Amino acid sequence: MAHAPRNRFLVPGIPRYSRCAVYAKKALYKKSRKGTFKKAEAKHETTKKVPFKDGHRIVPLEKAPRFYPAEDIPRPKKCRKVNKPVKLRPSITPGTILILLAGRFRGKRVVFLRQLPSGLLLVTGPFKINGVPLRRVNQAFVIATSTKIDISACSLDKFNDAYFKREKGSSKKVTEEELFGEKQKQKTISESRIADQKEIDSKIIAGLKAPHLKDYLHSRFSLSKGQFPHELVF
Amino acid sequence: MRLRKLNTEIQNSSFKRFVEVGRVVFINYGDDAGKLAVIVDIIDHNRALIDGPTTGVARHAHAFRRLTLTDLVIKDFPRGVRSNIVKKYFEKEDILEKWNQTAWARKLENRKLKASLTDFDRFKILKFKKQRRRIVQVEVASLKKSKK
Repeated sequence: MAHAPRNRFLVPGIPRYSRCAVYAKKALYKKSRKGTFKKAEAKHETTKKVPFKDGHRIVPLEKAPRFYPAEDIPRPKKCRKVNKPVKLRPSITPGTILILLAGRFRGKRVVFLRQLPSGLLLVTGPFKINGVPLRRVNQAFVIATSTKIDISACSLDKFNDAYFKREKGSSKKVTEEELFGEKQKQKTISESRIADQKEIDSKIIAGLKAPHLKDYLHSRFSLSKGQFPHELVF
Repeated sequence: MRLRKLNTEIQNSSFKRFVEVGRVVFINYGDDAGKLAVIVDIIDHNRALIDGPTTGVARHAHAFRRLTLTDLVIKDFPRGVRSNIVKKYFEKEDILEKWNQTAWARKLENRKLKASLTDFDRFKILKFKKQRRRIVQVEVASLKKSKK
């Protein structure tokens, strides 16, 4: 008598054991893996015309194999997950002043420029005022204030995620002298980046006309006694 | 005679606010917290019947521990009158206006204003306070110098 399958369905569609539990139970790890599944190559000419009797006939270029492999080749599972585009908080609009909450610039008040396709926010100090360069931040680590400034003069087209990608350095090993020697290599910032920063800075600073606004950006945010962030209006 | 004696006793005592019909009270607990009402009748040692037709307080019994007595009293307020008469007295005595001018009401108003300030506003206040402090300190220093 055939026994009932061990991995029965609890309810239709939900098996008793997970895929990896079945893998362990069946001891599939003992089985050697037979090759990897090859993706079907792009279709090109697979047949040709061959003269036959008084006409032509179509013959495949390569003969089909005489035997099929005895065991199936495991086929990778298709991933159907798609990353949703990140929603921007409605309180954050271009020109909004944000308070950074994490990282080495925590507490700094910065200007939001725009959201990049990756969902990260493009912000700048401006660098001249509080030392925060053009950089990307996650909106989860940011408080949006109700203060907004005009940044319509800034052209932001060149700033995308690729702009902020780390440059590939040579992967040669560091010598002892380099690490502990007196002359340590200073990271150099490319001229083009400095120029971009200066251009954006000058345009933003030209728009900071309201009194105390520059000082405001210059100062750091902190909580004093009796202040609770969930009770504050920003 | 006895009444006059009682009155002089009240005036001499250290208590200045009394539970009495016509006393304006400030509700400090519940749905009506922060509103004014008038004591219309005293039910027992713990509760009074209060009413505030112009301030949006329904006529109901309210425990004394959930209200605070104010300095304001409506003079010659008849006991147990209906809501429309309470309203008439309330408006005739201009209680709301008088209340708004008290330091207590202004403090509450300021507190509300302070809570609604944005981050930038708070920063500006910090700046203005600094400026004021500087002016005062400079003046004090010069006065001290001239005295010596």
